[in-house]
Amino acid sequence: MADDTGDKEKQGAVGTPHGQPTPEAPGYFEGESMTRRRVFTVAAQGVGGLAGMAIALPAIGFAVAPIFSREDETWEGVGPVADFDAATYKPVVFTIVEDIGEAGKTLAYVRKGDEKLEEDPGEYIAISTRCAHLGCPVRYVEAAGNFICPCHGGVYDFQGKVIGGPPVRPLDRFQTRVTNGKVELGPRYSVTSQLEPVRTRDPGEFTGGIWEYLYPPRPSTPPAP
Amino acid sequence: MKFPDQLIPAPLRKPAKPGQNGHGNGSAPANLKDSPPERQADSQKLLDKAKEAPIDVAGWVDQRTGATSFVTGMLYRKVPKGTNWFYTLGSATLFAFAMQALTGVFLSMYYTPSPVEAYGSITHLTNDVFLGEFVRGTHKWGASVMTILIFLHMGRVFFFGAYKYPRELNWVIGVVLLILTLVMGFTGYLLPFDQRSFWATVVGVNINGTGPVVGPYLSDFLRAGAEFGPSTLSRFYAIHMLLVPGLMIALIGAHMYLVVKLGTTAPPWVRGAKPKPSRTVERVNAGANGRNGHNGASANGHSRVNGGNGRRVGKDDESQRE
Repeated sequence: MADDTGDKEKQGAVGTPHGQPTPEAPGYFEGESMTRRRVFTVAAQGVGGLAGMAIALPAIGFAVAPIFSREDETWEGVGPVADFDAATYKPVVFTIVEDIGEAGKTLAYVRKGDEKLEEDPGEYIAISTRCAHLGCPVRYVEAAGNFICPCHGGVYDFQGKVIGGPPVRPLDRFQTRVTNGKVELGPRYSVTSQLEPVRTRDPGEFTGGIWEYLYPPRPSTPPAP
Repeated sequence: MKFPDQLIPAPLRKPAKPGQNGHGNGSAPANLKDSPPERQADSQKLLDKAKEAPIDVAGWVDQRTGATSFVTGMLYRKVPKGTNWFYTLGSATLFAFAMQALTGVFLSMYYTPSPVEAYGSITHLTNDVFLGEFVRGTHKWGASVMTILIFLHMGRVFFFGAYKYPRELNWVIGVVLLILTLVMGFTGYLLPFDQRSFWATVVGVNINGTGPVVGPYLSDFLRAGAEFGPSTLSRFYAIHMLLVPGLMIALIGAHMYLVVKLGTTAPPWVRGAKPKPSRTVERVNAGANGRNGHNGASANGHSRVNGGNGRRVGKDDESQRE
């Protein structure tokens, strides 16, 4: 402790390490609240921090920007209305992401609405092949009338509801419309276990109830129909 | 009375006189004019200077950087008794990382991170480029080797208790390095852009997305959008070869700095001799009695650091130092 006091006396001429000005310091004036040394330290660190932020913040924003930007909706014709009936699915290939070749294409199973399943017979139903477990491609097995996933054994019924395996919700769907006698497929949407449309969720994310808050809708997805 | 030299401790002996017992330079020539001492030829002098040149260069650098003391301090540090082959797993992991960095740099000279061209550039690199298959294979299998080695290294540290005080921070850095190694594996898997890597990445990104609240946004960040899109591959490529390697190099530096600073631990089966009053304990006692109490305590703390275990204060590491 004796050493400490000695240090303070020595440094008294230029101010204490804690920045409290002392009357002995050169240039001291009445009412001074900071030593010169402290002013320059704070200023240098502040300016350095600002300069760093000026570079770092735009760079981070640049990297995370895709989270907040939404692609324009695209609609693609997949065949005349006569191609599709209510009894079975017809697989169609269409593009969901432009400009990346084969990787941007996906398969959808399309059929007409069925009154017996309480669907609007004038509507067309397009089931996405993206498994609701982890996103592997499911296929429709005609003999069983089910969708089956090769990766982890997820099974869905004719309407895409889960009847077996690990998937957490029914298969996603694509919006459909009829233009000039052709069926067109639009943006993807997810459904709850009661087949109510909700905003697109990624595979593995539950829908409906409290899950709507635990897996919040993302700004990068189009709103539910 | 003259004692024989053997009985006198070396520092107290008189230096030998010139020419005595065949040592030294001998007496001067009787007549310098008649028989001048032989002088080296100029060519011989040049040759000798040339032989010294590498040492001179090294000395020039060393004088300006202090590299020798740094390198010797790092390489010739004390290690505890019982240090064995398990202690090489960390260096083996480092070597695997260096191999991955080297082969990765060469692979990037041929690789095109675009969804349309990536697969073609990989097939070209593998099938057409001289030794391309070898370099790519080294990088591919080296990734597995590095993952296995880093796990073994972690197991060694865990089972030897080497994560304990004062090395907790190094354990934390090591865990971050383990996670980054797995991130490297994950992001590198997509780059060949064949069916397997594409679908594995789809599944991997979706697993990330199942985390509540932040998961969906993490998926969007990794994919650069709601779907696997045009910039997903280049994003993975940038993470794989710029972001994560940079982080890893920085953290490996910190990891090794702490290893050198704190030293390594003895294996748990190595036990010191029976406790005996060692120099450290004496120093502590002296410190407690005298005015130098603070220094004594820190000497004790220092020996605990090197011993790596509170139980063995001043036992085996003291015996090492003698």
